[in-house]
This record gives sequence, structure tokens and C-alpha cells, in this order.
Amino acid sequence: MDGEELTEQETALYDRQIRVWGADAQRRLSKAHILVYGMKGTVAEFCKNIVLAGVGSLTLVDDRVATEESLAANFLIPPDENVYGGKTLAELCCDSLKDFNPMVRVLVEKGDLLSFGVDFYSKFDVVVVCCSSLATKKLINDKCRKLSKRVAFYTVDCKDSCGEIFVDLQLHRYSKKKLEETIECELNYSSFEEAISVPWRTLPRRASKVYFAMRVLESFEEAEGRKPGEISADDLPCVLKLKKELCESQSLNESHIPDGLLERLVTNGREFPPVCAIIGGILGQEVIKAISGKGDPLKNFFFFDAMDGKGVIEDVSSSNTGS
Amino acid sequence: MASHHHFSVIKGSKVLMVGAGGIGCELLKTLALSGFQDIHIIDMDTIEVSNLNRQFLFRQSHVGQSKARVARDAVLKFRPEISITPYHANVKDPNFDVDFYKQFNVVLNGLDNLDARRHVNRLCLAADVPLVESGTTGFLGQVTVHVKGKTECYECQPKPAPKTYPVCTITSTPSKFVHCIVWAKELLFAKLFGDKNQENDLNVRSGDAASSSNHVEDVFERRNDEDIDQYGRRIYDHVFGYNIEMALSNEETWKNRNRPKPIYIRDSLHDEPTQQNGNVEKNGGTNDPSSVSAMASLGMKNPQDIWSLKENSKIFLEALKLFFLKREKEVGNLTFDKDDQLAVEFVTAAANIRATSFGIPLHSLFEAKGIAGNIVHAVATTNAIIAGLIVIEAIKVLQNDTKRYRMTYCLEHPSRKMLLMPVEPFEPNKSCYVCSETPLLLEINTHRSKLSEIIEKIVKPKLGMSAPIIMHGAEVLYETGDDLDEDLLASYAAKVDKVLSELNSPITGGSMLTVSDLYQELRCSINIKHREEFDEEKEPDGMVLSGWSQASSVENDGDKSVDHNAGSTSESLTVETEKDSEAEIVSGKKRKLSEVSEDVTPSDAQEIRANKKLEVLDEDDDIVMLDGGDFGISKKKIQSHP
Repeated sequence: MDGEELTEQETALYDRQIRVWGADAQRRLSKAHILVYGMKGTVAEFCKNIVLAGVGSLTLVDDRVATEESLAANFLIPPDENVYGGKTLAELCCDSLKDFNPMVRVLVEKGDLLSFGVDFYSKFDVVVVCCSSLATKKLINDKCRKLSKRVAFYTVDCKDSCGEIFVDLQLHRYSKKKLEETIECELNYSSFEEAISVPWRTLPRRASKVYFAMRVLESFEEAEGRKPGEISADDLPCVLKLKKELCESQSLNESHIPDGLLERLVTNGREFPPVCAIIGGILGQEVIKAISGKGDPLKNFFFFDAMDGKGVIEDVSSSNTGS
Repeated sequence: MASHHHFSVIKGSKVLMVGAGGIGCELLKTLALSGFQDIHIIDMDTIEVSNLNRQFLFRQSHVGQSKARVARDAVLKFRPEISITPYHANVKDPNFDVDFYKQFNVVLNGLDNLDARRHVNRLCLAADVPLVESGTTGFLGQVTVHVKGKTECYECQPKPAPKTYPVCTITSTPSKFVHCIVWAKELLFAKLFGDKNQENDLNVRSGDAASSSNHVEDVFERRNDEDIDQYGRRIYDHVFGYNIEMALSNEETWKNRNRPKPIYIRDSLHDEPTQQNGNVEKNGGTNDPSSVSAMASLGMKNPQDIWSLKENSKIFLEALKLFFLKREKEVGNLTFDKDDQLAVEFVTAAANIRATSFGIPLHSLFEAKGIAGNIVHAVATTNAIIAGLIVIEAIKVLQNDTKRYRMTYCLEHPSRKMLLMPVEPFEPNKSCYVCSETPLLLEINTHRSKLSEIIEKIVKPKLGMSAPIIMHGAEVLYETGDDLDEDLLASYAAKVDKVLSELNSPITGGSMLTVSDLYQELRCSINIKHREEFDEEKEPDGMVLSGWSQASSVENDGDKSVDHNAGSTSESLTVETEKDSEAEIVSGKKRKLSEVSEDVTPSDAQEIRANKKLEVLDEDDDIVMLDGGDFGISKKKIQSHP
């Protein structure tokens, strides 16, 4: 492609992975710029994976200060208050991530994600947001879509034994190997807003229950004006009531959203580290696919629930983008 | 999931991790974050540069240090209050005996080879400790649970054997690049730089090999008056020119094949001065023999480039010269090592020149290194996912939540919308010689074969025992150990060398041998059945073991009529798997429908069994670069790189 060769140092360090995705993909990775928001355990896992893979740069946004809870599933933050005191989550994670791979620039951007203009997003190829409200997800997704260049957009969330990834690659052209040939493919993605507007009754009967449960929680937080994740066991009756209403208005049988599942997510919304590793791993692979333009990317939701052990892809796309 | 019960089970547990590599680093991190307080970790390896792209607990400054110790220190930085006990040692070390295993609630494997996996499986069975086993390669991975009496053990199903090639394919009729690599590495490299006393098939090439054997013996010796350039050119002409001419003289071989083209140095380097073409002094800056490079002295940099015949010829001569000039002390003791730059250069060049002769496409050093070193490709993400799945299974095992145990496959392409596919574990195989004590059957010619052959061909390689004791009734025929007295050893040596039917208490058809391994606490019975004849091609051991199953992977080159094995020292050449890889692969699952997960309907189960991916996994175990994953390593792409 662009003719620039990998350095000897890069070839030695990335030897094993170049054998997986090729030198071309490695060169594209080294030129890619990634933005992440929300330094929770899942995002820490993702950042580790993408820094090891050798992206060009990784920019972290999260001005919150570290608390006991933020350390729980995050191995990037040393648990010593003398170290983490006074620093933001982004700064702390940045310090650790820099060490993982000296060839990757890891940066911190201060400020509120919502305050950044469209121009800010044009500096990136991939944007990942975590623990964000429904409104934030829609807004950032829109900003990415307004740019003339394609900026891949992802959301990721883990609660208790469950995890969810959403992907919007807009129009994605890629190649994949089929038998002996390399063939060119194209996929059209829905925005987050378009996807979640798809009527529930039109989804496949065996669609992941986690999808619906996550939408119920999202709606609850929005209706109550809560911060993302600000929910507790006391809220369960209201959440169950909202579920009933949503199922009625969407003509969905209530059994598709078991009360037990909602109860787990509401009463224990903290991240479960093995699930962070799994979701952060899948997300890392997907971002590598999006950047390299090699291999089928997932479209457009991924769910994992440790209770049944399944990692499932669901395509929830509006009809005008085709599915 | 994260209930109180759950936390107390985790906190009170003591776990053993075997392996601190790709999966191990991820696993240790996830265990620590999940609240495990007492973790022991065994790994004999030290850190290498090519580990750093995924073994994220290690840094450049740690290269050369113990993986187990550095991993411990790195994790204590974010979880200082927990206890991690590292062992920089081989898991097969006798100190790690059954009593050692008994102290743990669960054992978690993140290993890279079949041998160690079998060893740990046996100790877990003997100590009755549950085992969670795992493996990855590229984007593929798997996690399985092995609990004695409840699920199958690691050895209940056949495991793919290392790939082997018929000798004649390698010495006379290569058709793939890997054949040229095996020839360059196992034969030519070994002949020139390895142990001279070792038997070598390099000169077996045609029916008249025996008659010319005297001549051949001398060829590889450097003559007294010969300078190193002359020597290199003579070797070149002999192996790529003369030997091919000799092979061509056997018309029978080439009836249905393309005739190879002999290559002589005067043709491949015709416009070069006869004097040395490299600049050895470019390597002069350092005295470190491991950094000597023919590419460096010829000013070639990009390992992704495919060299021309001329470039390959130059590299060949230069590498050969550098071995004799810069690494003279090692010559005679070298074995091929994928991390030895000069060795990789030599093997790449030799394989490419041979490939040119036979009309096989040439490959870059990067690709050749992957094939020669049997390098299993590896990425951080798959290891992270697999480590997460291991911890989820480990927690179920600690909670004794038998019904929810799952084997999980991590797939590259979704199957029934799943990228992570759980399957209910299978019951123990009732005829597994490891976990069920079912006797094995050995067909052997008891009037011709010796006990030593059973030990070397069956007990050690096939049953995977390193310290066997063999008994016939109450009589001990053979044992090993440091504390045995000399008289005893002498008596064993005498017995081992005797034909079976001529032992004091003769072993004949109907006899039963008991074989056990001291360290693995494994004991199995072998029923002996006498058989007169064995097929040399199909049964090269001269004996056949059944009740023990290993997938056969001898490559069939589709032409059995050609026999160039006259005087051959071995029937097939084995390609060993790389030592530091993480992978060992999902074995093909061909089970009864009723055995498949309750979560999966019968039609789903058929899909699982018919799932191409799983079958591919099975086949792709050893030779990785040949048919790279579907992810899109297009060899053409790498080759046509500008």
C-alpha cells in the first residue's frame, strides 16, 4: 500500500501478530489515532490491547478523580492513595499505558466530552465511549458521522456478568479471504440512535435478552436524570415497572427481559473483571479489524453473559441501512 | 454473579497457574482483579523480545529474566496485598509431585506444548484436583474443564501429533516450500553445523547411494588446503548441482513429475567476481556471536523481501562463511534455533535455492522463519478473552457448580451468531488409558523385538512417561532413578537388551505388562499380542499400540511407489512445534448428539460438529504459515509488497 516499511524494531516486537494480520495491517495500525472516554475496567483492558497492538496514538478523556471503586477492575491504577490522590483517571491510566509500548503515544485530553467540537473528533480514526448516558452516546455518534472522513464509533458497557458493545462503522469497505481469493466487501451501519429505534417486535425471536435489559436501564437513567450507573437495589421496583411499560408499548412479550437479569444488573452494576477482559478483548479485535480493513467486522451489537457463557452478535439495524 | 458466596469461595482458594506466557500474563492479572488471594505460578521460561507484543506484564528491560518472577512483581504493583508464589522451574520437575498439587483447589493451564499438558493432566488426576485447560492461536482459542470422574480428562480424546513428512519427499521429491525448509534445517544445516556423528539422510537420494557413499562421506569435510570461500562454493555445487543431477539419473522418479533443475554457483553468480562478495567487517563492530548476520554484511534489511536466486546464493555463501569465521566454536554442536538470525538466514537461502530447482515459489525470510520455527501466531486480545473465560470456569469449579461447567470456543467467524461458543463438557471416555485404567493392547513380534524398543517407541513418546517403571507380574523389568545401585542398573540394562520371548519369564502373546510413572502417578496395563509381520511403510515402529489414540498427520504425498529410502535412517522427519507458542488446538469433536450441551438443540449440535472452523482448527495445529487464517494474511500481499 503506502510503501513505508516497518522498522526492524517494529518487525521484532510485532513478529507474532504480523503473522496473524500481515505487514499491511500493522502499518495501518501504526498510523491510527484512537480516542477513549470513561476509564473503567473494560476500557483499561481495551487500551492495553490496542497499545500492545501498536496503534499510532491513544488519547484518554476522563477528568474524574480516582476512588476506591474506580480501582476495583482497573489494573492501570496503583492502589496507593499517595500515588492516585489528586490525579484524574485519565492521567493515572496514561502513566501506566505509556510503559506498555514505547512506540505508541498515549495522551490525556482534559475537558468534557460533550464540549468538544466536531473538529476535535476529526483528529481521530476511532472513538470509544464507556459509561455514558443515552444522550451522550447519540451526540458523540452524531459528531463522528458529520465528519467528511469516516470515524469509527463504539460504545462499551459492562455490568455484573454482562457486557455490551455497539459498533457504527458507517460505510465500511474491507477485504477478506475466501478460499484462495481475497474478496472486497462492503457493509452499511446504522447510527446508535437509528439502531435503538428499531421496533423490538421486529427483532428475531431469540435476540439477546441483554440487549433489551440494557435499553431498559438506559431509559430509566434518562427518565430519572441519573448519571450512568447511578442505580441501586432500591430502584428495582421502578425499573421493573418501566420494563413492563416498554414491553407493552413495543409489543414485546415480557419474558424476553427476565426480572432476574434486571435484578442482577440493578443490584450489582459493578464490573466483573473476567467479563472486562472478554469484552475488552473483543472490542480490541474489532477496532483492529476496522482500522486494517481486513476481515468481517461485527455488525452491530455484541453481548456476553457469563451466566450462560455465550458471546453473541446481534444485527439491530434500521431498514434504510439494510441488514 | 459477583455474589458474596462467590467472593468467599475466591478468597479462600489456593490456585496453581502453569505458564506465565501469553495466556499466563492475562490470567494472573484477571485472577488478581477478581479477588484471588493465593496464587502459585510455574514457568521455566525467560522473557524474549517477541513476547512483548502481548505478554503485557513484561518490558524491554526484563528480557532474559524469569517470566514467573517478573509477572509476580508486575501484578503486585496493582494488588500488593495478595500472595503470589513464583517458581522459575520446569513443571515436570519431580518437586512438583502429587503432594504439591494436593494443596491447590484448582489448577489453571496456560501452556504451550502437549507434553507438559499431559503431565499436568496426570498429576491433577492423581491428586484429584480440577484442571482448567486452555490454548490459543491467532484469533482462535478454547477453554476446557477437567474434573476427575465428572468430565473427560485432557487425554480422553486424541491429540494431533506433530506433523511429519516421508523422508523421500524431503530428500528427493519436494513439492511444497515447507519440504525445502525441512530439508534445509533438518538435513543440510544439521550436516554442516551440527553433530557429525548424528545419522543424516542428506545423501540418500537415489538407488545408487550405497555405492557412492564413500565419496559422499568426504564431501562435507573441509579440505586442508581449502579456503572458506572455496569450501562454500563446493558445498553449494554439491547439494544444489551434483545431488540434483544424481537424482535426475533415476528416470523412474520423474515419469510423472517435473524434473528439477540443477543449480551451480557459476550460473547463479555468473556476473560476480569469484572473490568474497560480502563484507564480513560489517559484523565486526560486535563480538557477540548471536548478532552475526549475513543480511547485515550484504546490506540487506527487509525481512519481508523475497530474495532473487542470486541474493539467496550470496546469503547462503555468506552465512556459511560467517558460521566458520565468527562462530567456529559452535560448529559441530549447533541445532537449528528460530531465534538464531544467522541460522534462519542460512536455512531461508538454502530452502529458496532448492525451491528454485524444483519450481516451488520462493519465500521471504520472515515467512521462512515462521515455517522453520513453527511459530504459532499470537495476539493479545485472544489471550485476554481466554483468560477471562478461564477465571469464569475456575469460579464455577470452586463453587462445585458442576452443571454449569462449559468448554468454550473462541471463534474467528461467528457460528450461529456466536463468537464465544459454550458447549457442555463431555463425560470421561470409559476406555481412556489415562483416567479409566483400561488396558492397552500392543501387537509386537515377541521373537524379534526387545524391551528397549518398547521403552523408546511406546512408553516414552506415546505414553508420555519420563520416568517409567515396567513390571511383568511381580518382576521389575526396568526402572529409572538416581538412587538405584549399580548392580540393579546392570541387571535392568541386561533385561532391556533381550528379545522379549527370551527373558527369564518370557513375554509372549497373552502376557501383560504394567507400566507406571513415578512422578505422574500414572499406571497402565499393556496386553501383549504376538504378530509376525509389520508393514514397513505404515507401521514403521514394527509394533502397533491400540487403545491409545493419536491423530495421524503423516503427510501423504500421493505417490507411494517411489521408494528412495534405501539406507534411510528414519522413516519420517518430524517438525517440532515451537517452544514459546501458546497454542495447542481444539481437537476435532465428533461425539454423540446426546452428549452435546443442553443449551444446544440437536440441530445446533450437528452444526457444531459440522462446523468447518473446528475442523480447520484441528488441521492447522502445527504448520501455521502455510494456510494462514481467513483473517486475510494473503501471502500474495506480503510477497508483492513494494
